[in-house]
Amino acid sequence: MTLRIENLAVSFPTGPVLEGVSLSLDCGEVVGLTGTSGAGKSIVAEALVGALPPDATRTGRITIADVPVGPRTVALVPQRLDALDPLATVGSQIQRFAQLADRPIDVPGALASVGLPSQTARLYPHELSGGMARRVLLATALATGADWIVADEPTVGLDTAAATRVLSLLADLAAAGRGVIVISHDVPGLVGIASRIVILRQGRQVETALAEAFSGAGTALRDAFSRALWNAQLASDTQC
Amino acid sequence: MKAWLPPLLTDRLIRLAWLLPLAAVGLFTLISLAPIDPVQAYVGGRTSQIGPEQRDAIAAAWGLDRPAPERFASWLGQLTRGNLGESITFNAPVLQVIAARLPASLALVGLAFALSFVLGTALGLVAGATRGGWPDRVIRTLAVVLAASPGFWVAILLVAVFAIGLGWLPACCATPPGQLATEVTLAERWRHMVLPVATLSVVGIAPLVLHTRQSLVAFLDSPAARHLSTHGATPLRLAFGPGLRHAAGVALTLHLAGAGELFGGSILAEAVFAWPGLGQATVRAATGADAPLLMGIGLATLLFVFMGNLLADIAARLADPRLRTPA
Repeated sequence: MTLRIENLAVSFPTGPVLEGVSLSLDCGEVVGLTGTSGAGKSIVAEALVGALPPDATRTGRITIADVPVGPRTVALVPQRLDALDPLATVGSQIQRFAQLADRPIDVPGALASVGLPSQTARLYPHELSGGMARRVLLATALATGADWIVADEPTVGLDTAAATRVLSLLADLAAAGRGVIVISHDVPGLVGIASRIVILRQGRQVETALAEAFSGAGTALRDAFSRALWNAQLASDTQC
Repeated sequence: MKAWLPPLLTDRLIRLAWLLPLAAVGLFTLISLAPIDPVQAYVGGRTSQIGPEQRDAIAAAWGLDRPAPERFASWLGQLTRGNLGESITFNAPVLQVIAARLPASLALVGLAFALSFVLGTALGLVAGATRGGWPDRVIRTLAVVLAASPGFWVAILLVAVFAIGLGWLPACCATPPGQLATEVTLAERWRHMVLPVATLSVVGIAPLVLHTRQSLVAFLDSPAARHLSTHGATPLRLAFGPGLRHAAGVALTLHLAGAGELFGGSILAEAVFAWPGLGQATVRAATGADAPLLMGIGLATLLFVFMGNLLADIAARLADPRLRTPA
């Protein structure tokens, strides 16, 4: 099965924020989505899960096997850590998401699937490290049983080791047959797990490149902005 | 036992240990400075029958001929032996007066507390869940009207409509006048409670409605609620599911912390409905400058408010785990 976004455009009363975005994603594949801040990456995620603000107008098609995507088909791993309820334990929050999808849940199993011990179920969000909270957010999305996952900036605020762990978890989900879209500023991180990477700039799709194109000086990239973005990240990675 | 509870209790007990003596000194000073002469209040209209010698004898019997610090020291000495002194208004030990009247007041305050909490929280949740809709507008209007209505006015209105106009409920007292307490049925007792409890509840409902609504709206706008609604949670499911703890936890904390206001309101309700509780005794003690009884009721009220605040602290920690770790 393939999830397709065709010519997606989103506008608010103040003006358009996204124009002409198209991408496809197969089961078992990771596709990356990157760009500078304000490029419209999170808007793509919101459009995918049907959570655009009420005053937004959306055009274009989002389909799976040529059928328009219904609500709750795609699960979102939100960017903000405060998307976890501060007053509820991790276990009860995972249960909530399973209940919303009317499916039974094995909380220790759900935690194990994101590399967390079963004791985490008793903890509250403020007792979690950033990396643990990211993995719990992932577990809440997985608890819905959705086959398609969109993770919005899943490595923001994490150290390299924690970020690598979260990215490899997302790669494992794809290896297990799910389709995964990862939105991130961290292009080298995306290159490590994604087959293709879509680059956005100011609400427009600049390029969709194979992950292999992001190597060396980025000469295989067609667009100058893509090359600049790649080289800027390489430069920041090598700074002492 | 929860690990955070013993340190909290210890801290609050230490606070009570210095608060009680401080309040006792403050109360005694205020009562001593009050421009009411207890002997004159006692003698009342019988001035012509009671001469200056008899007045001096009454003052001496009550210890009023001694300087205030000496009277305070004597009261303190009695207190250490578990004796709060003698009420000059009721001609009985203060402890006995309080013990006889406290259950009636506690029944009134307790029922009003429970009723206003259930109604206030439920209405606040409905208003928050239907934000901007007609139920929200109706409930908010009702809350603002209630908040602007003085307790005594509500009491008079209730009596005028339900006791005098419709004749459904009694206008006063805890039992029908002229009947022995043993003859009064439970149903009669409940009938007598309706109007005083309603009056007292109305005063506490408005802030609860508005706080509950606001807490729920804050939760519904939070990233946590958005994450849930993205995956199919409806506003109603959010409101009466996870939102309940966000809104009701705050409401319960505020309600417990406001127990003092409810107790204060009960003085007014007891006066209007001639309810035989501590409120009525307070009014009589104040008009008669009954220092021992006022001291006793004052300290009992302090303990009541203190307990309310302590329970509010505990409720806040039970509702919000982030408060359990000391800052």
